[in-house]
Amino acid sequence: MQDDPVMRVIAKVLIPMVMLFALYVQFHGDYGPGGGFQAGVIFAAAFILNATIFGLNRGRHVWPARLNLLAIGFGVLLYGGTGVASMFLGENFLNYNVLADDPIAGQHLGILLVELGVGITVAAVMVALFFTFAGRLSHLRLMDKTEAHEKTKQGASDE
Amino acid sequence: MNDVMQSLLGQWNYYLVITLMMIGFYAVIARGNMVKKMVGLNIFQTSVFMLYISMGKISEGTAPILTGEADTVYSNPLPHVLILTAIVVGVATTAVGYALIIRIQESFGTIEDDDIIVLMEDGADASPSKGEVA
Amino acid sequence: MSGFIVNAVLIVFLALIAFLALRLHRLFAMVMLSGAFSLVAATLFVVLDAVDVAFTEAAVGAGVSTVLALATLSLVPVQEKPHKIAVIPALIAVQTGVLLIMAIGDMPRFGAADAPIHTYLAPDFIAGSENDIGVPNVVTSVLASYRGYDTLGETVVIFTAAIAVMLIIGGWTRPNNKPDTAQEDDHAR
Repeated sequence: MQDDPVMRVIAKVLIPMVMLFALYVQFHGDYGPGGGFQAGVIFAAAFILNATIFGLNRGRHVWPARLNLLAIGFGVLLYGGTGVASMFLGENFLNYNVLADDPIAGQHLGILLVELGVGITVAAVMVALFFTFAGRLSHLRLMDKTEAHEKTKQGASDE
Repeated sequence: MNDVMQSLLGQWNYYLVITLMMIGFYAVIARGNMVKKMVGLNIFQTSVFMLYISMGKISEGTAPILTGEADTVYSNPLPHVLILTAIVVGVATTAVGYALIIRIQESFGTIEDDDIIVLMEDGADASPSKGEVA
Repeated sequence: MSGFIVNAVLIVFLALIAFLALRLHRLFAMVMLSGAFSLVAATLFVVLDAVDVAFTEAAVGAGVSTVLALATLSLVPVQEKPHKIAVIPALIAVQTGVLLIMAIGDMPRFGAADAPIHTYLAPDFIAGSENDIGVPNVVTSVLASYRGYDTLGETVVIFTAAIAVMLIIGGWTRPNNKPDTAQEDDHAR
């Protein structure tokens, strides 16, 4: 699909705009519709569009597998970490009032951190799901090649 | 007859939800193809979301985002929160369902459940065929 | 009057798309119809004042769900087997529908402001979102602050789904048993 000039140009124009919109939705979730889940899915959509148009290998290059796994865990860690930080500061788990001097500022900070954790996890999960599903065919071909290679090696060693 | 008309106009959301639910339910239990069952389940889930959201709506109300003016009537935000969680959990289970369908296809060669039952009676089993941590 | 027409058109579309998705044999067309169903449902959610939910349903239902279904269709046969008419499941579905319709009599009217669910916690949350938390979007304040523990559970569910999918079809293989192709496999993933 990357040979088609219309697709290539539109993708190159749209992908940064989609990512910017995702960041807008994430951080303006307090003042309008939005929040972590929606922003995470939209952010993942930019990377899925990139992988669909320019190929899975280039898509994987931009969003490596190790980084993906780390991000999936990091979001949940950030969420739980905010709760545990509240416990260290003396209050119950996930009580945001103590995270700053003023309870309202503490609530704002807590909601920001928590939604950021959710957004990171959801984005990483959606991209991981896409690459797992889309990479299945090439994985199966790889396993066929490996089996054929081993059979010829077996045949050569038998002789 | 007047009661039926009153009920249809005043409680139309329940009739719509029940229709969609039964269409999705029929797709899940009557069709053999697994992808069709998943799509039927999707339709069923969305109709349940519609039930809760329509029960939270207040006439002459507005979206639950505070405008700063007093005396605004806001629609009930609690069903919205519940359904947000439900949508995300729904997509998680849908993803796992599709992954299982792909593995069933690779093990049995088909995703129609009557064919799979016939194959299993003939002695095939879900042994790993390829691409497996053997 | 225009509101009534918009509602009626959306409802008819929704039922029609669901019915057609049931009847089609070509799975590709059915998946496209399910994406259209999610989109019309998202529009209906906006009409019902649920803007956050409409956003999520459009992004997740018409976006991610359709992408996953299409990715599955690239690996399974795309034509459904022709089937006989199933009488007993149809009877079961109709009977369940009749039972549910009989229960409609006890439900509150659509849009009634004195329904029981509007009197219990919702006014406290709306007032608390303005005074104690200071966040205008009440849904975000309930999701992240009043009900933060449930959202933590939901995030863990998404995390678990990703792990489960990667274990089922992720292609993790035993290292060092295969020749150079094992390195290739790591990169391909």
